[in-house]
Amino acid sequence: MKAIVFIEKNPVTGKLRNVSIELTHKAYTLSNPFKGEVVGVFAGDALPGNTDELFRFGMSRLLYFIDARLKHLHSIAFKHTFVEMIRSEEPDIVLFGATHTGRDIAPLIASSLKTGLTADCTQLYIEDYKNKGKILYQVRPAFGGNILATIITPDHRPMMASVREGVMLLPEERLNHPVKMEPFTIDFNESWVKSEFLSVIPKVKKVDFGSANIIISGGAGVGSAENFRLIRDLANALKGEVGASRAAVDFGFAEKDHQIGQTGSVVRPMLYIACGISGQIQHRAGMEESQKIIAINKDPEAPIFNIAHMGIVGDLNEIIPVMLRYLKEEG
Amino acid sequence: MKKIVVLAKQVPDTANITGNAMKEDGTVNRAALPAIFNPEDLNALEMALTIKDKIGGEVIVITMGPPKAAEILKHSLYMGADHVMLITDRKFAAADTLATSFVLAETIRQFGEVDLVLAGRQAIDGDTAQVGPQVADKIGFNQITYVSALKEFDDNYLIVERDGEVQTEVIKTGYPALLTITSQVNTPRYPNCRRMLQYFRADVKDNFSNSELSTAVANGWVIPTYSLDDLKLDEERCGLKGSPTKVHKIKSIMLKGGDLKIYGTGQTDIKQLVRDIMKVYVEVH
Ligand SMILES: Cc1cc2nc3c(=O)[nH]c(=O)nc-3n(C[C@H](O)[C@H](O)[C@H](O)COP(=O)(O)OP(=O)(O)OC[C@H]3O[C@@H](n4cnc5c(N)ncnc54)[C@H](O)[C@@H]3O)c2cc1C
Ligand SMILES: Cc1cc2nc3c(=O)[nH]c(=O)nc-3n(C[C@H](O)[C@H](O)[C@H](O)COP(=O)(O)OP(=O)(O)OC[C@H]3O[C@@H](n4cnc5c(N)ncnc54)[C@H](O)[C@@H]3O)c2cc1C
Repeated sequence: MKAIVFIEKNPVTGKLRNVSIELTHKAYTLSNPFKGEVVGVFAGDALPGNTDELFRFGMSRLLYFIDARLKHLHSIAFKHTFVEMIRSEEPDIVLFGATHTGRDIAPLIASSLKTGLTADCTQLYIEDYKNKGKILYQVRPAFGGNILATIITPDHRPMMASVREGVMLLPEERLNHPVKMEPFTIDFNESWVKSEFLSVIPKVKKVDFGSANIIISGGAGVGSAENFRLIRDLANALKGEVGASRAAVDFGFAEKDHQIGQTGSVVRPMLYIACGISGQIQHRAGMEESQKIIAINKDPEAPIFNIAHMGIVGDLNEIIPVMLRYLKEEG
Repeated sequence: MKKIVVLAKQVPDTANITGNAMKEDGTVNRAALPAIFNPEDLNALEMALTIKDKIGGEVIVITMGPPKAAEILKHSLYMGADHVMLITDRKFAAADTLATSFVLAETIRQFGEVDLVLAGRQAIDGDTAQVGPQVADKIGFNQITYVSALKEFDDNYLIVERDGEVQTEVIKTGYPALLTITSQVNTPRYPNCRRMLQYFRADVKDNFSNSELSTAVANGWVIPTYSLDDLKLDEERCGLKGSPTKVHKIKSIMLKGGDLKIYGTGQTDIKQLVRDIMKVYVEVH
């Protein structure tokens, strides 16, 4: 089992995207039992600043192609580059982060290689399939999150899958693979550059769920943008991050960056406090792996209580201020 | 004068799921669910009409699906599409994105000189966001995904904003190009009353009786359908046969019951909750 991982740089920070590290580790756990290796592929205008990290999570080699023209997402150029890298390695598995970059390029590559690509997987494992030997089982939510489908690509290679950031966990321990960087040469064809990037405006990142141990989220039940202050106050008091349901975002209580769920961020903090959130499946898809879930909701039948560890049935407008007062006392 | 193709899919309304949505074999039981126009495809159609309104051209809406999918084509006619095409054949069933994009790309290729293809970013049932790019690859067009605004355009170029997740990119492209459209781009127009009167009888040929057919043709009510043979496609690359991915297993999501501890709403109960929260807080800070 040889696995290739698409390595992506965050163009704003110049560092690896977390999902690239997460997938390196995942690829390692998939391929290592079968004496396989993990090969990274990277293309861009410069290597990510912390590339060496990858070798602590199971990467064996990194193929890279550096060219100033790859500063921006010229999809066709990236496609040709990665198709050549993949052809030269003949891997069994190729993993992509389901980022806006990965989801732009991966389908092009799968189309060129005429193989299968499974989107947004939440679980990947290897098992025997009939007489075809070991294959990759790819579990993904579909149908607006209402079902979990296991998808296989039994007759084509490579088996390709994408995974969202934050879905695969990182281990505590570090590996000590030697750093092996292999420049890759391709005949860059000017006709691959078809777009002109007039300007690029970094999004001001207001939310950092990745490092947040505590997240306090508000939903439609918070009632108004003004009242959302209660959620922010609670977050401040607990040094946590503010999350929101899509309904809260749609109503304008919180900005889109705060949205948690299927079409927002996937989080797994130590503690998740859901206030005035009913707990629809699409919201749960982003938070149900949290270590501890506390629900504050006035409806005892709200589905959020089915996954919560602690709960209060009541009006958040009365409960949160009391909590804030005691939090101050506990200090 | 631009020739613009819009790719549209009829989807089950996954936001309002009821009943038995999935069949044993893992395919979708569409009959059990209300079917709607995939939301972002309406944004794609709106963009096509906006471009046509300003610089002139022709808007063609293509869908691959069962005969019932003609409903979204009828809606497209109401909104202002010039032509619609229903690609339908049992042999197209259970297609994954590779097989779906093959059929759509072949259709576009066979109907000649297209300047612009607009697709939704993502369909709300399959949720893969793969069909747009895979069509672009097969027809060899430039591609811009996650388009969040149309800034400027004329006969020679388009300037769009792309949601690059960590950054917003302002991108200029010439024709031909394929864009995948997000809901931020615009608000789809309402059906036009005059066009509704004109097309309210629009349907596939099989749904007209022999005596009605000539009137239907004369009035432009017949939604043209194309089969695998009409398009002369290689069966090996269509439907289940042409799909490298297979749905192995389907499970509907069940609520998992946690061991829930309920606190009362009295002051002492809330104090206890805060104490329990502090235990976690102390651990992490
Ligand atoms: C394709 C798709 C993708 C989606 N993606 C996401 C996503 O990423 N994230 C997401 O969150 N949603 C998503 N949704 C929407 C999701 O289905 C729900 O509509 C949404 O999560 C509901 O948000 P809510 O719980 O805040 O609102 P509601 O469902 O309206 O719930 C409000 C809750 O607040 C409680 N409440 C009201 N007043 C009070 C009060 N004073 N005190 C205490 N409790 C109170 C009510 O009892 C109720 O349970 C998606 C939907 C679709 C179809
Ligand atoms: C449970 C389940 C899981 C699946 N998982 C995968 C998977 O991981 N990988 C895979 O390759 N296939 C998968 N499929 C198959 C996939 O759903 C179908 O191929 C589907 O026809 C297109 O994919 P989509 O719905 O994801 O569309 P998307 O790629 O999300 O659609 C993007 C845009 O493409 C256009 N478009 C899509 N379909 C059509 C059409 N029929 N006619 C016209 N325009 C269209 C629309 O503009 C649409 O907005 C899965 C199917 C099921 C039932």
